[in-house]
Amino acid sequence: MNIRVADIGTESVGRIDFADVSISLGSGGDAFEAVSGLDVAIAPGELVCILGPSGCGKSTLLGALAGHLPITAGRLTVDGQQVQSPSPDRGMVFQQHTLFPWKRVRDNVAFGPKMRGLARRERDRAADAILKLVGLSGFEAFYPAQLSGGMQQRVEIARVLINQPRVLLMDEPFSALDAQTRGMMQEVLLDIWSKIPTTTVFVTHDIDEALFLADRIVVMSARPGRVIEDVVLPFARPRSHDLVTEPEFVRLKRHVMQLLRRPEDSEPLARLSPLGVPS
Amino acid sequence: MATAIKARPAAVRWMVRGLSILACIALWQVASTTHLNLGIVTFRNVPPPVEVVQSALALFRSPKLTAHVTSSLWRVFAGYGAAVVIGVFLGFAIGRSRAASDLLLPPLELLRPIPAVAWIPLSILMFPSSELSMIYITFIGALFPIVLNTVHGVANVDRRLVASARSLGAGKLAILREVVLPDAAPSIVTGLAIGMGTSWFCLVTAEMISGQFGIGYYTWEAYTLQNYADIIVGMLIIGLLGMGSSWLLTTAGRLLMPWRSPKVAR
Repeated sequence: MNIRVADIGTESVGRIDFADVSISLGSGGDAFEAVSGLDVAIAPGELVCILGPSGCGKSTLLGALAGHLPITAGRLTVDGQQVQSPSPDRGMVFQQHTLFPWKRVRDNVAFGPKMRGLARRERDRAADAILKLVGLSGFEAFYPAQLSGGMQQRVEIARVLINQPRVLLMDEPFSALDAQTRGMMQEVLLDIWSKIPTTTVFVTHDIDEALFLADRIVVMSARPGRVIEDVVLPFARPRSHDLVTEPEFVRLKRHVMQLLRRPEDSEPLARLSPLGVPS
Repeated sequence: MATAIKARPAAVRWMVRGLSILACIALWQVASTTHLNLGIVTFRNVPPPVEVVQSALALFRSPKLTAHVTSSLWRVFAGYGAAVVIGVFLGFAIGRSRAASDLLLPPLELLRPIPAVAWIPLSILMFPSSELSMIYITFIGALFPIVLNTVHGVANVDRRLVASARSLGAGKLAILREVVLPDAAPSIVTGLAIGMGTSWFCLVTAEMISGQFGIGYYTWEAYTLQNYADIIVGMLIIGLLGMGSSWLLTTAGRLLMPWRSPKVAR
């Protein structure tokens, strides 16, 4: 495996700091504040879920962290360096359909190394190794359209991890999958994360998913997004789905549901994308 | 069992299709030999299929055919080829850059509604040889569908794919090559196919008016010389050439975009 375990394993890589961050979206009269005065610090190697109602700005937050959206106030740093533009250092996994349809699985995964100028043989070897890690050996020569939704998301994860990012950003990556596949992918993700312990920011609106995956849940309010509560989860790892029936899990779930309860008669907001206002 | 049940209707359908063509030829034969006159249209001067086949065989034996076909092919190759290069380039510029779009699109939009055939008189005046003016007509016929479809494909590139590529470390040029071009490719190929059709149409018209050699010229010459069977031979050859070139395009498109038909890939 050509993974910089030495770097990633140390406690120094992958620290994220949001300091009083605000993000405005839209232009002119349609402009609005999607995220307001956000303060969050994420430690290296932590798996943090950002949970909130649709349109609360959690994807916007992720878009800013990836460098696709500019912040309008505050300071956003990864390992002390200000985020200014997209970088392979901050790998992003979208909800669905962002694999290149015209590239075979291997070439999709090898895209990052190709951009770094790695020779074909080396990047193919690296791609095959990481595909093995995500359980897709034998599918290297397939086109994305030939894979199931769950397998496509595994390729997405492999394509990002091959760049050995400081942080892994995931925008509701399993929400388009059926319930059974979603459960399996959550276990796959935890398995990969235990082998390559990368700081992970996972955006979701699924409370069970957040509770099952995270070390910590940052619960956000409706627009403009603010942090309501920072919930530290006590569950031991490795985790299995039996966890969801344990009393402590159920208690925390009830607590988070209370936090997210929408006021009566309020309309749900439209989903925002990490690339700004959907056009 | 299941395949046998499925196979029979397919065979029957092919037979019906074949019979339909044969019936049309038979009708033509009857109409032309009986000099059928329907008042508004008459078959008095229409040669029967048998005569057409004879004329075709005669043409295939004479050296004239190659001369006509090669000069037509050359004109299409030159005019259409120039339209592909310039059209795809303009399409990329207009689709990717707002400045290029503001600068280039207005004059193109003004010229677009003018049918290429209407350019014939002016192009004869503008170009030193009728050869060049015919190439220009095929060029202008193919240009607009290619430009517009390329613009459409390039401007509608999935921004999430572009964002992914940027996140994975792709620079501006790499994004053009690795994302925009393949994502726009189906739309570009559609433009190329439409352009191919219009450039043949324009070429044949131009050849009838100002050509020497060329399959359009051959067809028109047959009319003026009253070799009526040759008119139909010319028409059929034009049809075949058009069909062949669009087949080439769709085949090339399929080979260049194997992800569009993933069942045969792997």
